[in-house]
Amino acid sequence: MSGGLQGPAPGERPQPAGRRNAQGIRIDPEVEAEPEPRRTVLSALVENEPGVLATISGLVSRRQFNIESLTVGPTTNPETSRVTLVIEEPEPGIRQVETQLAKLIHVISVRELGTDAVRRELVVLKVHGGSPEKVHAITEMYGGRTLDAGPRTITVEITGGEQEIDDAIDAFRQFEIREIARTGQTALARGEEWTTHAEEERYEQPEET
Amino acid sequence: MSEREMSERATPHQHATDAEASAKDDAPPEAHTETEARSDATATAEPAADAGSTAPVTTGAESVTRALEAAGVEYCFGVQGGAIMPVYDALYDADLTHVTMAHEQGAAHAADAYGIVSGEPGVCLATSGPGATNLVTGIADANMDSDPLLALTGQVPTGMVGSDAFQETDTTGVTTPITKENYFASDADTAGDAVGEAFALARAGRQGPTLVDLPKDVTTGTTDEEPAEGRLPETYDPPERADEAAVAEAAAVLASADRPVVLAGGGVIKGEASPELRGFATEHGIPVVTTMPAIGAFPEDHPLALEMAGMHGTGYANMAITHCDAMLAVGTRFDDRLTGGVETFAPEAEIVHVDVDPAEISKNVHADYPLLGDAGTVLAQLDDAMGDTAVESKPAGNTPAAGDAPAAGSTRTNGNEPTAESEPAAGSTSRVNDRYREWREQCQQWKEEYPMDYPRPDDEPLKPQYVVERVDALTPEDTVVTTGVGQHQMWACQYWTYREPRTWVSSHGLGTMGYGLPAAIGARLAAEDDQSVVCFDGDGSFLMTIQELAVAVREDLDVTVVVLNNEAVGMVRQWQDGFFEGRRMASEYPWVPDFETLAEGFGARGFTIEAASEVDSVMGEALAHDGPSVVDAHIDPGENVYPMVPSGGSNGEFVLAEEQL
Repeated sequence: MSGGLQGPAPGERPQPAGRRNAQGIRIDPEVEAEPEPRRTVLSALVENEPGVLATISGLVSRRQFNIESLTVGPTTNPETSRVTLVIEEPEPGIRQVETQLAKLIHVISVRELGTDAVRRELVVLKVHGGSPEKVHAITEMYGGRTLDAGPRTITVEITGGEQEIDDAIDAFRQFEIREIARTGQTALARGEEWTTHAEEERYEQPEET
Repeated sequence: MSEREMSERATPHQHATDAEASAKDDAPPEAHTETEARSDATATAEPAADAGSTAPVTTGAESVTRALEAAGVEYCFGVQGGAIMPVYDALYDADLTHVTMAHEQGAAHAADAYGIVSGEPGVCLATSGPGATNLVTGIADANMDSDPLLALTGQVPTGMVGSDAFQETDTTGVTTPITKENYFASDADTAGDAVGEAFALARAGRQGPTLVDLPKDVTTGTTDEEPAEGRLPETYDPPERADEAAVAEAAAVLASADRPVVLAGGGVIKGEASPELRGFATEHGIPVVTTMPAIGAFPEDHPLALEMAGMHGTGYANMAITHCDAMLAVGTRFDDRLTGGVETFAPEAEIVHVDVDPAEISKNVHADYPLLGDAGTVLAQLDDAMGDTAVESKPAGNTPAAGDAPAAGSTRTNGNEPTAESEPAAGSTSRVNDRYREWREQCQQWKEEYPMDYPRPDDEPLKPQYVVERVDALTPEDTVVTTGVGQHQMWACQYWTYREPRTWVSSHGLGTMGYGLPAAIGARLAAEDDQSVVCFDGDGSFLMTIQELAVAVREDLDVTVVVLNNEAVGMVRQWQDGFFEGRRMASEYPWVPDFETLAEGFGARGFTIEAASEVDSVMGEALAHDGPSVVDAHIDPGENVYPMVPSGGSNGEFVLAEEQL
């Protein structure tokens, strides 16, 4: 059998007192605390190529990124699309999602949006049609619209921030919700700020009429 | 170079002549079975007759091979098959040498190794379906190790894609997670452009594998479009120079440290930054630890060299990275085999991380000072910035000028000079160097405390470490070593003294058993003619790709395979003994073929070594044989690899013997 090598055994060696956490960040071992996950929105401007969405969702899943929603849609430029991701990760995780996305060849630019960003989400709700007046009242209360009303079901749409949608869904529970379709958040940076750094150069002015 | 060798074997001119003679009589080889391609394939035969890569492109396939020629590709490795046949037909007239491999996995590994040794993307080809899926292991291997590789795969005709046609696989879908980028060629006019871009992308920035899937109707389709020059995609712009302010901060951290180390990663070799690394470390007197892919980036016989760190790294390297207070990590992704548990990795070090890939920053280990850019460029920037921090100027003549450092791949080694370069750093130069002197002495002391000397009692069987040491001694310094994966690979790391970049060729991140022999084939063709190529293999690894011996014989490649044969999947056996109470399930082979006879059967030379006393004479004969040879070295089946940091453990607590586990 193998004789092994010479030298002091592990227990006989000096060991450093320092420590890192699971994210590889140096910490004070006395006051160790796991970093809190944070919910945030990333916006990615991508080239309209086949498979881009599949590539992004594949990346998210194989790297085990904690994702709440992912939406995609066209932009002012017919050659690009915008992907909006809501993620919940501790700080190093957010930077990982950002840099790994940016590394994809068809991703033009990625940015984490500030807390002041304009964020919107749409939900379509179908409830039992027993009390149309009450349903109407709640729909009004959330600034929604009735899309379809029949004797057995009423379908409404509500648009709003994530919290507002959550609240609305809660409010509609009293009518027994049959089905929900929720889009997930889409977002833009507020005011004059461009949403990602490559937006301005790719902005296409609508044609004059 | 190997051009002469190549022209003897398979010259384009010969091909052209053959084509001339047979173009009229012979139907294209695929005509019997593949009717849909017949008309186009016949059409290609005519311009083929007047031979030339200067002849205008007429098909998608020709535009593919034209793009390869334009990229300067000399060799490609592959296996024929239905959907790739049009490309092979175009290769018939192309000005590059195709090596027919026994299996597509071998083609991918050969191309990968070609890329490691040459620095240029290795090219492999396979047909659709099983051909493409057989490449997958090799592509994944290249992806993990950031090796430049271009894979070209045949695909069923576009109209049949999605119909589960014969030999159809969603190749771009399957390879998306393991390629830097892949392409589905959509028409004959642009097929060559895609190949040019894929090649350019494979070699740029953080290198890696790319793939172009080539549907048969696209490659047989007519076009007169010459492929565009290989350009990088518009959205790809790897950083070159690091931000100056960040460099200054990082330099200040290194300058004010007491116990700094350089952790060199594979990116140092990929970025051709070995001369800058040598210059930087010797000028500032900072000890150098390498990761496994960086073996050869820094001469291992240099006094500042602590060699490889990590799971089976040297004790002194692991002590140094555990106790350092500043770490300059260059081109490394902090793989878990290097870091052990991140909780205990360099727990007191401020980390300066130089990388060309922003996604590696703080991925596994937090970078206090990230520096984005090319390894060599940033090392030079740091060197300048460090110069500003030194108080006294260095005496003239003591500083190794950048031009003095040996060029990558040069046969000259500075292994002889280092004593002159590094030790005078202490005392006679700057205050920075004085500051590190105690630390350098500490590292030297660890070298004495944890020597790699292994016991070699007379009454025990042949020791694998001894075989590695002797083969090292019997071969020139610039010999290229390839390996499979397992114990033999670790002994090849530990007991061979590497001095030059691109002489260590292995499967690091993916850990692909069977890598060694096909890699030796690719390495042989990429290496200089006067360089030797040795493959250390395990009996388990060797049996996974042994069929490639047929290729080595067919191509008459001078490679020497040394099988460190312990009749087991030895690393698994070692772990079973250490962590599974010695329950050796499926790790020991009750019977192993006679590799000497097997080698002879393949047409190679075969040898067997049973005892230490035979090593020099048998190895001498095998190495002297001008052609493939296999040496079956029957080693001590009980030998284990040490030092060892158990998975997820602390590098500073490496064990030196089984009872310490």
